[in-house]
Amino acid sequence: MTSLPARVEKKLGLVIDLDICVGCHACVVICKEWNTGSVGAPLADVDAYGEEPSGAWLNRIHTFEISPPNAPAQIVHFPKSCLHCDDAPCVTVCPTGASYKRSEDGIVLVDESMCIGCGLCAWACPYGAREMDPVEKVMKKCTLCVDRIYNENLQEIDRVPACVRTCPANARHFGDFSDPQSPVSRMVADRGGFDLMPEMATRPVNKYLPPRAKTCTGQGGEQIPVTAGFLGWLDRALDRLG
Amino acid sequence: MHPAISVIFFTVISGAGFGGIFWIGAGLADGASTPLRLAAMFLAGGMAIAGLLSSTLHLGHPERAWRAFSQWRSSWLSREGVLAIACLSAFGFHALLWLTGYPGIFIAGWLAGLLALTTVFATAMIYAQLRTVPLWNQWLTPAVYLGFSLSSGFLLVAAFSPPTTFLGWPLAIAAVLLLCIAWSLKASWRMNGRCKTLETRGSDIGSATGLGALGKVRLLERPHTGENYLTREMVHKIGRKHAAKLEMLAVFLGLVGAGLVCLAVWALALPNGFLAIAFLLQIAGLFFERWLFFAEAKHSVSLYYD
Repeated sequence: MTSLPARVEKKLGLVIDLDICVGCHACVVICKEWNTGSVGAPLADVDAYGEEPSGAWLNRIHTFEISPPNAPAQIVHFPKSCLHCDDAPCVTVCPTGASYKRSEDGIVLVDESMCIGCGLCAWACPYGAREMDPVEKVMKKCTLCVDRIYNENLQEIDRVPACVRTCPANARHFGDFSDPQSPVSRMVADRGGFDLMPEMATRPVNKYLPPRAKTCTGQGGEQIPVTAGFLGWLDRALDRLG
Repeated sequence: MHPAISVIFFTVISGAGFGGIFWIGAGLADGASTPLRLAAMFLAGGMAIAGLLSSTLHLGHPERAWRAFSQWRSSWLSREGVLAIACLSAFGFHALLWLTGYPGIFIAGWLAGLLALTTVFATAMIYAQLRTVPLWNQWLTPAVYLGFSLSSGFLLVAAFSPPTTFLGWPLAIAAVLLLCIAWSLKASWRMNGRCKTLETRGSDIGSATGLGALGKVRLLERPHTGENYLTREMVHKIGRKHAAKLEMLAVFLGLVGAGLVCLAVWALALPNGFLAIAFLLQIAGLFFERWLFFAEAKHSVSLYYD
């Protein structure tokens, strides 16, 4: 059913720490790797080694530059995947019931055998989290590695989404946001975690942590006054030369 | 947004077909001879069906299209499918009553007509419901779709109707009036659309990344060097290149051309069959109008890619 569940027992999701992410794309690659061999159709590429390679990815990293007033510019690597929204518009627009949100853990999934590939869910998502598979012609999206997190054949340490497990910088964290004492909830409270585009009223579960303020030795472009020692003497001497 | 030909054809042609069903139900073809009325019914119903079939062409899995009838509780796309089938069934019933001479044709006709308008409303709501595309997310969107459906459907059926008046109105003048109403709605939609942008809704690269409070944000690098499904479908820009010229063509064909033909039919007392020219001109104009409806709409995903 494409109506949203009245309540969810858990709110599983990710915290992505923009202060830590180094933009190595390891999470992007492992996401493709795990999900191409996972349940459902493989994540296809078209013309992979040709002139115009293109394909379906469930996680992509954009890179942004922030120019704060009176401080040097700073780079932020920005991984983006499905945010498993509480009020997921992609679910309610689905005409077939292929898109659904699970009441037990809040994960938003697609039943590929029911998907007609109309693409309306991708239009309804503000974040671009859904991509049509170019070969199978069904909608693909992040499953929060639903086939890992409950998989008792894996060691306990591996029962997290592949992107979280693989991140070499520990910028990605997985947990239950319905529990205010869970590590992810506390992390969000401590660091001022935020929603993407709250004005879209989707109430995303995934949260982002802002980059920490950088320690600046001086303000961009300005001269650093030197007053003491040999350099101070040289500075004053050169000033006197005109 | 990517202007898919199948979806443009679907919204324009099925809109005219459902508009035609409404006017036949309202009795516009009542004065026509049996073969002419049959032709009008066949065309209106046929265009509604052709449009619906065309819409399945853009599906990844058209063979599963029947599944789309199931989620009418939550999905406008599903509602549209259910309403279209209900309307065509009522229209078929109406045709059966008419052919066999049974009573009740009036009620069946109005039922089909009202279902036709509800179907067009549901089609428009597929777009109007999307908060992600502010230009579409306004109440004038269904009004525009209904206006164009009623005016093009009127011309379609009027071309088969020998009487020169309908409910006391000269047919050609009524057609001009409907054209003017439809295009005025479109003009209001455009005006209103100027304050329906991502920016006025509070969405920009700062809110999309959540980093706006820290300073000016700009995209340094896209995730991959090539295009992807999102950029092709939702960050589509090529269609906007000739927007001003295409808009002129839309108005010139769909309003000025169609309207002048109607006025000529009225002034020279030509047979109503000439209104078919006005119908074709309006449909041609609507193809340009619908192209721009998609091509000019900006989706919030573009904030991550521009």
